[in-house]
Amino acid sequence: MPVRALVWPSFYQDSIALMRVAEALRALPGVREAAALLGTPANHELLASAGLSTADAKGAGPSDLILAVDAESDAMAAAALEAAKGLFAARREALEAAVRVLPRTLDSALSHLPDANLVAISVPGAYAKFEALRALRRGLHVFLFSDNVPLADEVELKQLAVRRRLLCMGPDCGTAYLNGVGLGFANVVPRGRIGCVAASGTGLQAVASHLAAAGEGISHGIGVGGRDLSAAVGGAMTFLALEALAADKATEVIVLISKPPAGAVVPRLEAALGAVGKPVVACSPGIRPRADGRVRWVATLEDAAEAAVATVRGVRWVRRDFSDPQAIRARLARLRPGAGRRGTGVLGLYTGGTLAHEARLLLEPLVGPVAPDLTILDLGADEFTVGRPHPMLDPEARAQRVREAGGSATVGAILLDLVLGRAAHSDPARPLASAIRDARAAAVADGRSLVVVASVVGTASDPQGLPGQVAALEAAGAEVLPSNAQAARFAALMVRPDLAASLLGEAP
Amino acid sequence: MSLDTLFGRPLSVINLGLDVFALELQAAAVPVVHVDWRPPAGGDPRLLALLARLEEEDET
Repeated sequence: MPVRALVWPSFYQDSIALMRVAEALRALPGVREAAALLGTPANHELLASAGLSTADAKGAGPSDLILAVDAESDAMAAAALEAAKGLFAARREALEAAVRVLPRTLDSALSHLPDANLVAISVPGAYAKFEALRALRRGLHVFLFSDNVPLADEVELKQLAVRRRLLCMGPDCGTAYLNGVGLGFANVVPRGRIGCVAASGTGLQAVASHLAAAGEGISHGIGVGGRDLSAAVGGAMTFLALEALAADKATEVIVLISKPPAGAVVPRLEAALGAVGKPVVACSPGIRPRADGRVRWVATLEDAAEAAVATVRGVRWVRRDFSDPQAIRARLARLRPGAGRRGTGVLGLYTGGTLAHEARLLLEPLVGPVAPDLTILDLGADEFTVGRPHPMLDPEARAQRVREAGGSATVGAILLDLVLGRAAHSDPARPLASAIRDARAAAVADGRSLVVVASVVGTASDPQGLPGQVAALEAAGAEVLPSNAQAARFAALMVRPDLAASLLGEAP
Repeated sequence: MSLDTLFGRPLSVINLGLDVFALELQAAAVPVVHVDWRPPAGGDPRLLALLARLEEEDET
């Protein structure tokens, strides 16, 4: 098993570039495993556990690039390392051709773009505060995509931002929309009259996509990061964003997409929402749906979008479990298990953490809180992404889990999300559809009935195209529902047909 | 530029980190400059803390 490694001192590459090169190396003839990593302590551990560490690699520091290859022969390993050089050079050439100038510092970038008003930061978390402080001190708003930023750093950054009346969107801010521009992982949606404040990137993507499907658009979507309403951060950015949208003439209705707020923050949040002076739809998992003056609390992302659309149009909103109950009844009739056995469990395999959490909250009271009745995995969580890219960028790891689930007699329904948009995988439905086919075939061969239920966050204008992605999943036999909430309820009906009475208002 | 004027002006972005974000903004015709970023202080946490302190002193 010849393992060869190469170290390039002071050769920084971003995590997506490294992932793409490692992928390309794994596809070369004779290569069993390949890694392209910076020499951080965590990466050294990963290399060692993958059997890819060498004496050369061990000497690499955090700004040195390690390329390591396990191949069938020494010659093949050497050829792969040589190929890697070409791949990095090609990426660099393409980037230089596209962006023209590549300054080395923020100040130098400012001399090229003196009217810059925002800095987008997606460097490793250990350096995020350093770079974000530099930006804020220069009077620039910050979109902070980086994760693994210490809580104390977040508090310091946001306190400075509030003092200077600047946005510090994040850390761990996946998506935002400002002045019609999508930042990070953003769906292509129209501008409009609904403003959002969002603690969750995929939550904002889901709401923006639902609004687009209903013919409405976003004025601004301000991300605040998942910890903004914690006791330590105290809602610093949520309050600033609410104030900004309250004053914005283009914003008629505000949607707050929140994580459960810390107890100490709740009274201030309620006061801030009440003081906005515009209708607010607030979606916070676990908070009881209710109307409270101009503020309407709802339970799901789809409800948030629908309530906002109704409010902005001045019509009454009626919450529904399914947008087309008649179509659901027809599907139920078609999917009756018949002679085939069907497992009684729902297995959710998610790429979006907020969508996974929403599904869990909906399904727990319907099918039971524990495995094997209910298992919901957020495959984007840190425990699944150590040394691996996020499943929105690399769909293979989830596809493998879908295949494996096909062999499980306890799983009756697999529940999936698929998130489209700029910067996401170019065709995520393709590997997933292939896995769905394999899983269903395995169940049929075993005399079982397995239903795969999915929902897609996206729009027709996204680079991947919503209709084509939905069609690819349906062609593989998946039941695609118009929202994550409806998909979760439908999955419940697959393993508990008796729930039809309560969810569809009729006898099963 | 404070928040009070941000919404009225076109976005203009400096990108540090994932180059895909700069390429997406450019494809959307947003003015963007991508920084050829490297870990400051060569990635040495001790030196980085020192550099951060110096910048803070400059500021105050």
